Amino acid sequence: MTVAVVQFGGSNCDRDAVRALTYLGVDAERVWHEDGLPEETTGIMLPGGFSYGDYLRAGAMAAQSPIMDEVRSKAENGTPVLGVCNGAQIGCESKLTDGAFTTNKSARFQCEHVYLRVERADTPWTNAYDVGDVIEIPIAHGEGRFEITEKRYDQLEANNQVLFRYCDKDGNSTDDANPNGSTGNVAGILGTSETVAVLMPHPERATLPDIGGTDGEGILHGFAE
Amino acid sequence: MHERSVPKELLTMVAQYLSMTAYTATVTVRLKHGVLDPEAETTKRSLERLGFELSALRSADKFEIDLDADDASAAEAEATEMTERLLANPTIHDYEISVAETEA
Repeated sequence: MTVAVVQFGGSNCDRDAVRALTYLGVDAERVWHEDGLPEETTGIMLPGGFSYGDYLRAGAMAAQSPIMDEVRSKAENGTPVLGVCNGAQIGCESKLTDGAFTTNKSARFQCEHVYLRVERADTPWTNAYDVGDVIEIPIAHGEGRFEITEKRYDQLEANNQVLFRYCDKDGNSTDDANPNGSTGNVAGILGTSETVAVLMPHPERATLPDIGGTDGEGILHGFAE
Repeated sequence: MHERSVPKELLTMVAQYLSMTAYTATVTVRLKHGVLDPEAETTKRSLERLGFELSALRSADKFEIDLDADDASAAEAEATEMTERLLANPTIHDYEISVAETEA
């Protein structure tokens, strides 16, 4: 498995992602978006950062990069794709997943540890966990509030596409445990297939034991299979 | 001296260009009714701190696009596609477009 960590102008979590994946024994390399996906690509990660300075809306510009056509077609053919933070915003903007991530309810940039409840354990990103497991992972975003129309939210629920919800230490998805005002406390969702996922929290920042918790490594293990 | 012929495609393009009109499409993009706007809320609170009384404040983005088109409806169609594909995110935004001939 060679994971292409796609770097846009303004991406800044690409090195962290490569380091975390390498630590897990996953072959990963940074790929500049203008160079297109290497032929040997068998997994794709859209890393965090501030691509194009968040102009217009976070992720809106990067979503127009030609490499995203390649990413979408790979995704349709079953290649695992994970969007983290700005990568999640790019994922929504480029229709890899439904919904949108917009300004936090606080109107502030928030950098803190949060708890997530695992809603699905039968996906490549979560089969290291059990449903209901509570994991602690950092967030660092100003535009992470998940928004979606009511009808489409109901569809997400009906299709069981919610992957993680913000919760308290005991796994309760309360308003207090919702850091950014996300609809349904949603922190991460699946695309139409289980191999495509986006989430606002940073699993690559919770993988290396030297820098704290390792609750996020199970998510990146999705690339190891 | 031999005659120089101008490619027909080029002549067609020039003719088409000459028959086009310059329009300005004004696109206003705002959050859908009911979608929380924390920046507008913060702005409203700041105005209140300055002593103003107001019952609500909504913010919107406005884009002015100069483009050439055969007629106003073609200009509007083009601006609509630009808006749907990039300027607005239909999941959270509504938009309005008005088109007028560009003032010289």
